[in-house]
Amino acid sequence: MAKTIQEINEKIRQGKAVVYTAEEIIGMVKEKGLKKAATLVDVVTTGTFGPMCSSGAYFNVGHANPRIKMGGGTVTVNDVPAYAGFAAVDLMVGATALPEDDPRNKVFPGKFSYGGAHVIQDLVAGKDLRLKVSTYGTDCYPKKTLDTWIRLQDLNEAALFNMRNAYQNYNVAVNLSDRVIYTYMGVLQPKMRNANYCTAGQLSPLLNDPLYRTIGIGTRIFLGGGQGYVVSHGTQHNPGVPRTEQGVPTRPAGTLTVWGDLKKMSPRWLRGASFRGYGVTLTVGVGVPIPILDEQILRFTSVSDKEIIGPVVDYGEAYPNCKPQVLAEVTVAQLKSGENTVDGQKVVTAGLSSYARAREIALTLKNWIEEGAFLLSEPLAPLPGPDSGYVFKPLNLRPWEPVKEAV
Amino acid sequence: MSDEKVVLNFPPQIIDQPIIYRLIKERGLVVNILQARISPNEWGRMVVEIGGNEAQLDAATKFLKELGVRVESLAGEVRWLEDRCNQCTACISACPTHALVINRAGMTVTFDKEKCIACELCLSTCPYQALEILFE
Repeated sequence: MAKTIQEINEKIRQGKAVVYTAEEIIGMVKEKGLKKAATLVDVVTTGTFGPMCSSGAYFNVGHANPRIKMGGGTVTVNDVPAYAGFAAVDLMVGATALPEDDPRNKVFPGKFSYGGAHVIQDLVAGKDLRLKVSTYGTDCYPKKTLDTWIRLQDLNEAALFNMRNAYQNYNVAVNLSDRVIYTYMGVLQPKMRNANYCTAGQLSPLLNDPLYRTIGIGTRIFLGGGQGYVVSHGTQHNPGVPRTEQGVPTRPAGTLTVWGDLKKMSPRWLRGASFRGYGVTLTVGVGVPIPILDEQILRFTSVSDKEIIGPVVDYGEAYPNCKPQVLAEVTVAQLKSGENTVDGQKVVTAGLSSYARAREIALTLKNWIEEGAFLLSEPLAPLPGPDSGYVFKPLNLRPWEPVKEAV
Repeated sequence: MSDEKVVLNFPPQIIDQPIIYRLIKERGLVVNILQARISPNEWGRMVVEIGGNEAQLDAATKFLKELGVRVESLAGEVRWLEDRCNQCTACISACPTHALVINRAGMTVTFDKEKCIACELCLSTCPYQALEILFE
């Protein structure tokens, strides 16, 4: 029954493609059986909407008259520092950047009410943003300072470029210490009174293609409400972790680097997030279509929350000190029930990744494909797989020491 | 009899007086303290559930006003801004009274004002500033 992406695209063009979301496909496969279902289904759509710190936007603001060399100067957008280490008027804003005068954690826990992610959200919403530049003059770029409004529609190129999104599985965070801690996994109460998880589970893109059989470089995706592409595997990609018999990793594993045209995105799917005591991050909507080329791929997409296992990690002591200790393994189904048991203790659970919005993304992508507005792309090259030997390494500290002068 | 949840704001000069005691002993009200923050030289703030008949409640309100205690209704205090909420559910486990709950089928959040005791525990858990406390 093996199909090709070209054959599926032909059906999409004719409005005949059969598309299910990664949630809908579970019941469908159960009802029809794998063999039958594989002949019927063309595409399964996935989605995730969670905080993803390694996200950023780059843009070209155009040249002022007289010209100004922002590259190498100091640039802020709405008081948030932008990276200007490129050519004269290319800038990049990272999700976690903070205004210089933000008090951070001086009054603990800090609020971090506005940062780079909020700049990206405001930019994509079409708002006016204040661009301030202070730099040096040159013969070809004489102007040294600038304070002006900019907005998305006036920019030349504006793109979202996220070097790590859509983590394949993630830690479940608890706190064994005896004080409240404020983390990127939210507020964690002492003595394991709560557990926070962050995965779209059965809807999550990489959990539905655990061995990266279809997702690769050049895969067209839903990104921030528009269409984007997978650029490559993301930073910290770590495919060699333990997996279930079905190939689903039981630890944080694969990641994606993604790109997309910011002008076609929406602030509904790019939201600035402020984590108390931790900082700012961007909540990004990502959805990946999975072409059902054969039965194995369909089986992968029919994975349910009961079959996805996450590691429970202590953020009070183990995480900050890089201890590999895992307290327990729990299923996403248990986490989503609102309560689970670790070491005989009942722990209330809450999510950070929005399942409701992940479902909306998968449904949106499904609609686009059914309407013929979204065609699948052939990956140009695969992502490093479980047997590639590709690993995520820690930083080996080699402390700098002053050179001793010869006596 | 009716139960009413209110916020009592005590001016600093009267925090040495046994006001809640007098509400209970002299006026026969049922007072359930849900939250209290009283410290010297500061406005005190107490969230209480008061039970009594209409006449008792009116008398209590008058008594508190005469003392300079500002009585506010609780319902308007914590606001859930639905358009800012992304349904991440991070707030759910912080809420002691289940005013914030998940509809498990849709994994969506709802907020029941009536159950909220304005303990403020949810405020620090929301990354999207979708929960706000409104002081006067």
